[in-house]
Amino acid sequence: MKTFWPRLLATTLVPVALFVLWYVASSDSGNFFFPPLAKILAAFDKVWINAGGFGDIAISLWRLAIGFLASLIFSLVVGVVLGLSKSARDYTEPVFEFFRAIPPTVMIPVLLVVSGIGDASKIAVISFGCLWPMLLNTIEGVRSIDPVLKDTCRVYRIHGLRRLFSLTLPAAAPQIVTGMRTGLSIAIILMVISEMFASRNGMGFMIIQFQRTFSIPEMWSGILLLGLIGVLLSLLMRVVELWVLGWYERSRVR
Amino acid sequence: MAGSSSPSPPLATPGALLGPAVVFTRLYGTESMNRAVSGRRRVTRPSQFRGVIGFGVFLFLWEILPVAGFLPARYFPPFHEVVWALFLDFASPVFWHSVAYTAQAWFAGLVIAFVAAAAVGLVLGSVPVLWRYTESTIEFLRPIPSVALIPLAVLMFGIDIKSALLLIVYAAFWQILIQILYGVKDVDPVALDTARVYGLGRWSRIRHVSWPTALPYAITGFRLGASVALVLAVTAELVIGNPGIGHQVALAQSAMALPEMYSLVIAAGIMGVLVNVLARAIERKVLAWHPSVRADRQEAP
Repeated sequence: MKTFWPRLLATTLVPVALFVLWYVASSDSGNFFFPPLAKILAAFDKVWINAGGFGDIAISLWRLAIGFLASLIFSLVVGVVLGLSKSARDYTEPVFEFFRAIPPTVMIPVLLVVSGIGDASKIAVISFGCLWPMLLNTIEGVRSIDPVLKDTCRVYRIHGLRRLFSLTLPAAAPQIVTGMRTGLSIAIILMVISEMFASRNGMGFMIIQFQRTFSIPEMWSGILLLGLIGVLLSLLMRVVELWVLGWYERSRVR
Repeated sequence: MAGSSSPSPPLATPGALLGPAVVFTRLYGTESMNRAVSGRRRVTRPSQFRGVIGFGVFLFLWEILPVAGFLPARYFPPFHEVVWALFLDFASPVFWHSVAYTAQAWFAGLVIAFVAAAAVGLVLGSVPVLWRYTESTIEFLRPIPSVALIPLAVLMFGIDIKSALLLIVYAAFWQILIQILYGVKDVDPVALDTARVYGLGRWSRIRHVSWPTALPYAITGFRLGASVALVLAVTAELVIGNPGIGHQVALAQSAMALPEMYSLVIAAGIMGVLVNVLARAIERKVLAWHPSVRADRQEAP
């Protein structure tokens, strides 16, 4: 408990100071593009909490969740199969590496053509983008399982599902989580961009709309909202990580 | 961090098997640590051959499925049309101008981000007080998606390379900074003490102890930042309308010129591959002295 207060001070001092500085420095700002923070916060309340903006947040996050989870399931299933079979890996890996190298946002126009302006194309874009880091990391994690562990499994005659859940998945978990983290940040980018590019709803659409109509405080509130969502999702990811990898991180504490 | 406070995760329960797993990660270091230094795989002959076959099968399916009517040819033009469009691209100056614009924004953004991240990272990493007070701020700013800045970039700079640079630098900066901070914190305390005993000043310690330790991490950050920078460069072109390959894709899409659109997507993919290859080559060159690269080279035939 002795270290609690200094620690709290160290973690909160700079963020609070920056926030106060922004608030004070912008309080009588006449610059059209940089309105006072008080106005931005008022717009935040007005647009995202009291008006229909909440629905747009929900729609965006729903697309994000569906796209991300679809890719995660796919990459776990396919990744484990490919990770276990060297020949399957040899045949498929160059194709996958090429797909991964395509900047995922250029797929937005492509999928827009193929599946229209609705939810389907957004979900497709999100899952296409976050698939490759998750798939390739899963393959790599399963591939690089320690051979001694594999031999131990064989000696103890552990096969099938039991092997999958007690050796393959736990041993590949650190790598899978790394892929998930990369995939999530790509998914957020694609969620926003696909809505900015062509859409009728969602956070990205709202924000670009505010920018086009020069509703500057509202636009700033959207930027804050996206930042907040980025931070919250990364915290969520951290919770998942602790839950899945708690045993692994404890094993590293010396 | 808060690792010790979480409840026992269900994955840890299935039996004694995880005992060895724990021992092995302790003996050989962690997966990500090893990968930070040497992430490459050596390719042997048969697997290369299989890779070519795999690619061939993929292209064959792409050609045959639309022609045979399994995929709507309206949306998926067969492979030969796209290749033809790609050849036409290669012959057109507009295409090469676009590539040059994209490459220019990518390069400038990456260099700015790397220099800034290296400076900030070395200072924060070697002065513990600064690190303690800024860690939370960095952890808060880092996950903010750079695309949130798009409207701001448009208002401030309009269709200009600066708006692309704002996005690219913001995105790549954090990737590189985090790696460098890990690297500086990985410095062997005994080496640092030794340097201190031998009378090296703060600057020489950074130059001769911290920097060489952090360099492999910095290069990993550079590699990650290089691909992120390309993604953001293309994204800026697509959404803001900066000239470049992303903008060409958007134009081809609105003209419904599908073979052109697919050929430009492939060109963007080729750029992505080249960026990876280039980053790997730089990694090899800069880290030629590092054990991971040296071991790699000795084993190679």
